[in-house]
Parts: sequence; C-alpha cells; structure tokens
Amino acid sequence: MKKTFRILSAFLAVVLLVGCFVSCGNNTSDSEDTKADNPNKSDVTGTTDPEESEASGTFKIGFIGPITGGAAIYGTAAMNGAKIAVDEINALNGNVKLELKCEDDVHDNETSINAYNTLLDWDVQAIVGCVTTGPCVAVSAKAYEDRVFMMTPSASSTDVIDNKDNMYQICFTDPNQGIASADYMAENMPDAKIAIIYMNDDIYSQGIRNTFVEEAEQKNLSVVYEGTFTKDTSTDFTVQLTAAKSKGADLIFLPMYYTPASVILKQASDMGYAPTFFGVDGMDGILAMEGFDTSLAEGVMLLTPFSADAQDERTKTFVKSFEELANDIPNQFAADAYDAVYAIYEAILVAGCTADQDCETICDALIEVMPELEVSGLTGTMTWDESGAVSKTPMAVVIKDGNYVLPTND
Amino acid sequence: MDFLKYLISGVSLGSVYAIIALGYTMVYGIAKMLNFAHGDVIMVGGYISFCAMMYWELPIWVSIICAVIVCTVIGVIIEGLAYRPLRQATSLAVLITAIGVSYFLQNSALLIWTANTKSYPSIFPGNIELFNGELTISVVSIVTIAVCVLIMVALTFFTDKTKIGKAMRACSENKNAAQLMGINVNRTISLTFAIGSALAAIAGVLLCSSYSTLIPTTGSMPGIKAFTAAVFGGIGSIPGAFLGGILLGIIESFAKAYISSQLANAIVFAVLIVVLLVRPSGLLGKKIQEKV
Repeated sequence: MKKTFRILSAFLAVVLLVGCFVSCGNNTSDSEDTKADNPNKSDVTGTTDPEESEASGTFKIGFIGPITGGAAIYGTAAMNGAKIAVDEINALNGNVKLELKCEDDVHDNETSINAYNTLLDWDVQAIVGCVTTGPCVAVSAKAYEDRVFMMTPSASSTDVIDNKDNMYQICFTDPNQGIASADYMAENMPDAKIAIIYMNDDIYSQGIRNTFVEEAEQKNLSVVYEGTFTKDTSTDFTVQLTAAKSKGADLIFLPMYYTPASVILKQASDMGYAPTFFGVDGMDGILAMEGFDTSLAEGVMLLTPFSADAQDERTKTFVKSFEELANDIPNQFAADAYDAVYAIYEAILVAGCTADQDCETICDALIEVMPELEVSGLTGTMTWDESGAVSKTPMAVVIKDGNYVLPTND
Repeated sequence: MDFLKYLISGVSLGSVYAIIALGYTMVYGIAKMLNFAHGDVIMVGGYISFCAMMYWELPIWVSIICAVIVCTVIGVIIEGLAYRPLRQATSLAVLITAIGVSYFLQNSALLIWTANTKSYPSIFPGNIELFNGELTISVVSIVTIAVCVLIMVALTFFTDKTKIGKAMRACSENKNAAQLMGINVNRTISLTFAIGSALAAIAGVLLCSSYSTLIPTTGSMPGIKAFTAAVFGGIGSIPGAFLGGILLGIIESFAKAYISSQLANAIVFAVLIVVLLVRPSGLLGKKIQEKV
C-alpha cells in the first residue's frame, strides 16, 4: 500500500514538473511566434502604431458587471462588447495581447467587491468595470488602495472618479449628462414645459437631476414640476404623472434606469397622457426588456453617444460581430465597453508596459499617459482630464419603430 | 379637479392593497397565523400568468385560470408541508416558518425566471375619460376595484352563510371544540389556504397589470403594505381589509401629492401607528376578551 502510494506521488510530481515545462515552453514559443508575425501585419484601428511601442506580452484584463440580475441587460451587453474588442486586438497579432476574465456582480456592492477580489487572485493587470455606478463606487475605492487601473464603461457618477487617480470613465459623468440634456432641450425645444421625475435614493438619478436643474435655470428653461420616488415606491407613478399633467408639462425628463422608466411609460399611456419623454443613458436597454410593448417607447428621446444604425465602417463591423456573438443589436453599453478595452490597449502601447509587470507598476505607467491619450472609438473621439472624466460629444436619438434614429427637426 | 385625480389614483392603488389584504386577513382570521409568504404567492401568480400569455400564447382568461390553479396547489402544498406539522407549536415558530417559505419562493423564482425584469403586458388596456378628458381612469383600476368588491362580498357570504364557512369560523374560535363537534380541522384550514392562494393569484394578475414590472421580489413590498392595510382595517375582518386597503392607498396618494413624495411611506406608517394607538384592534377589528 505504502509502496503504491510512493509510486503514485512520484508519478504525480513528474507530471506536474513536465506540465510546468510544457506550459512555459508554450509561452515562449507563443511570444516568438507573435514577434515573427508582427512585421507582416499593419495597424488597423489604433491611433498608436503597435510596432513602435515597447509594450509586449499578454495582459490580464478583468471585467466586472451585472451579468445576471436586474441590470443584466447592461452587464451582458458590456461584457460582449469587451469580448469583441479583445478578440479584435488579439487578431491583430501585435506584441500586445489581452486575456479577458469576466466576473458577475449582480449590480450589488458586496458581490462586486467579491468579484474584484477574485480578479486580484487571478493577478489582474487592469480592469474594465464596473458597469453600474453603485458597485463601481465600492470597487474603485478598493482598487485605489490596491493600485489597480480601472476604466469604467458606464458608471457615470463623479463619485466613481473623485479623488481616485486610477479611475477613468468612458461614459459622460452624471453632471455632463444633466448639462448636455438641458443644453439639447434649450437648443431644440426651448418652449417646453419640463417635468422631472427622479429616484431620490439613487446617486445616479439624483446626480443627473441636480446638474440638469442648475443648467436648465441658466438656460431659462421652465421646469414646472419635480416628482421623486424611491426603490420601494418605484411601482406607482400615477400621482407624479397626474401632477405633471395638471401643471401642463409637455416634456418629461427621466434621469433613471429603464425599469422604472418602463412603468412610467405604461402608466402615462394608461392615463392617456402623451408628453415627450426624455431619458439618459440608463434608458438604453428598455427595448430589450422581455415582454415590454415597444410601441410605448415610441417617440422617447434619449442621450446616447452611440447609435447602432450609424453608417461608419467601424460601427457596421462592430454591429455585425455583436450580432454573431450575442444575436442582438448592440446598445451603448456594448460600445462603451468596447471602447474601454481599446482605451486600455492604446494606453498600454503608449506607456510601453510589459506583461510581466505587476498591476501597480502598470497602473502608475497608464496614469502618466492618460492625459495625453486620444482614442477614437465607437462612441466618438475621447480625451481624458486628470480627474478621469472623459470629454466627447453626446448625441440625441429618438426611438422610432423600435429602433434608435436621429431626430428630424420638424 | 386635481383633488379628484389624486383620489382616483389613491383608490386604484388602494384596491390593489385591498385585494392582497383580503388574502392575508382570510388566512389570519381562520388559521390565526400570519402567512408572510402571501406576497410571494402573488408573485408566483404573476409569473405563471405571464408565462401562460407570453410563452404558451394562451388567451388572457385561460392564463388567469392557470395562475389560480397553480397558486391554489402551491398554497395547499405549503400549508401541508410547512405549516401543518407546526399546528401545535408556538405562533412565533409558525411566523418564522412563513418567512422561510417566503424566501424559498423568492429564490425559486430567481432560479426559474432569473432576476431580469419582465414587463407584464396590459391585459385591460385603455382608459375612460370623464369631464371632457379632464379626468381619466384606467380600465385596470376599475376592474381591480370591481373584482375587489366582488371578492369581499363573496367571501363575507361564504363565511357567514355556507356550511364550510361556518366550519371555518368554528375553527377560528376554538380548534379543539370544533374538532369535538365533528369538523375536520386540518381539511378546513387547507381549504382556507386554497382560497387565500387563489385570491393571491388574482391579486398577482391585477397587481402586475397595474404596475407592469415583474421581478422575484415583486410581491414583497405590496405584501408588507397589504399586511399593514389588513392590520389598519382590523386583521381577521374581511370588510376591514377592504376598507384598510383603500384608505391606505388614498393616504399614500395624498401624502405624495400634497406633502412630500419622499416621505409618503413614512406618513403611511405614521398614520398606522396613530390608528393602532387609538384603536389597537384596527378600524373594524373586534376586541376579543381572552380568558386567562
């Protein structure tokens, strides 16, 4: 018995050793292959020439987002967008390759921290995430302490980036969304009587509302009514809608996610109240909601940096890859995550990082290059300031026949 | 005119609370236990009718009947497996079991239907306009109120006049004496749960068609509010549950409209506390002398 055990353990030890050599061997030959391939391939997408960069190796990129749960529409779209970007970058056969690991946070702060810890155990080198604001605030605080570079595709609150030099955004910040919405209204519908319904126990909703109201005041827009709700009262909006209607509002601004927004649209239609509804990026995803009568969303306007029916080559390719991968039309979150992966990739090229560096070294190197970086992505040409906020131009779209189209001014 | 509009919105909100409260009060009145899983049976009813309509493409009435049948079966199974073995245990043990059942149902729904929000289709679309369109009432609120009144009258008749109803009341007053009189207590209580769960299914359909979103926790907040309504009206009293529900809806609606939409829930519960201080057994509750 003892003898067999000894033989067995010796055998196991040998297997492990051989396994170790084999994997190491694979690695070296891999990188040699890529080096050999490299001169034949030319740069396709990046603004930085990968050939001139000293950056090399396979970098471990983590992704955190709600792949299940109430916000899963955002998370899965973002995850698929990130996957497409990683596949494209790896297909370039440049010196820099990316390996993506996706973790689910169910749009819950604690789960998100756990997801982050799982990624740390995996020796992650930069993170795309989190997708939603609440979890992102929680995780970014940890990542700041641990010095991990993070690029969120869609967590738009300034709380996400405030006082954290390692944290960057692809989406506009909430203040920017509020300001941009007010600016758009001032330009295109200056006489509108505006009502705002927002969720006052949610920083995303509250943040956009605050800056919107400030900007609306400066632009002399008339806000006739403001109604609030909380998570517990997000099922009945008849009172808020009745009040908005009796104050004569013909434009309702809805800075919130799509779930409560869908209830508002339905109850307004039940009441026979048909103002123009104006949403922000959280409204994106409403058309993909199971069982939702898309005719209710007809004419809803929203601010988004990405429209799947844009005609440029890059968007078309992206939409095609996305349809192959997820059998769905990509929303703005997918495009944001795609751009986030490219932004990290470009930053790695410029900074000349190598894959054997730890996340702290990479983080510092990337922070240094971020203010000078300019990335042209699906959601526009992006630059970042030192706070981590992005600057790019938002675009208003209107929902027509279940699709986003550019509004026609008539 | 605004006042009327808020009143209508309050009544339609209240009628949903009332219909859920009827189920609570029915079970409490007869079995003398708080079935905290009631809200989750409502959620199951919502999901079953949703699946019947969207996946199996059955007509609305058939899907409501499906929901009623499934919920009734679930109600009887829950009673048989979780509550019957605890018939002689303390009421606290039964209460905790009920909370357990509630979580069990929520998490099962999470596994089966996932947490993705489903949007419940309008089964009673449209609205009625009064005073040249000044006042609009959605059809679904009218249906809810009508169904609520109908159920209240039917239940009152059932417990007052029929033989089984009398047996139920006997069980509620004294289980042992009822058993000595030849009443099958277990079967009577099972029947109570069956009726309560069938009501939950109907409430689920009406709740979801008013408030359109369906997630595994859809039943919990309305469940708590309806429980409050039942206590408000006097738990165990069928007209009390109706009155409590409607009043709660109106208070909530007025609080939102005239005081603050942020404090609406706080105001609702403050009113409940005041009512209970003045009338500890609720608005229509009977004060029962306990013999010591």
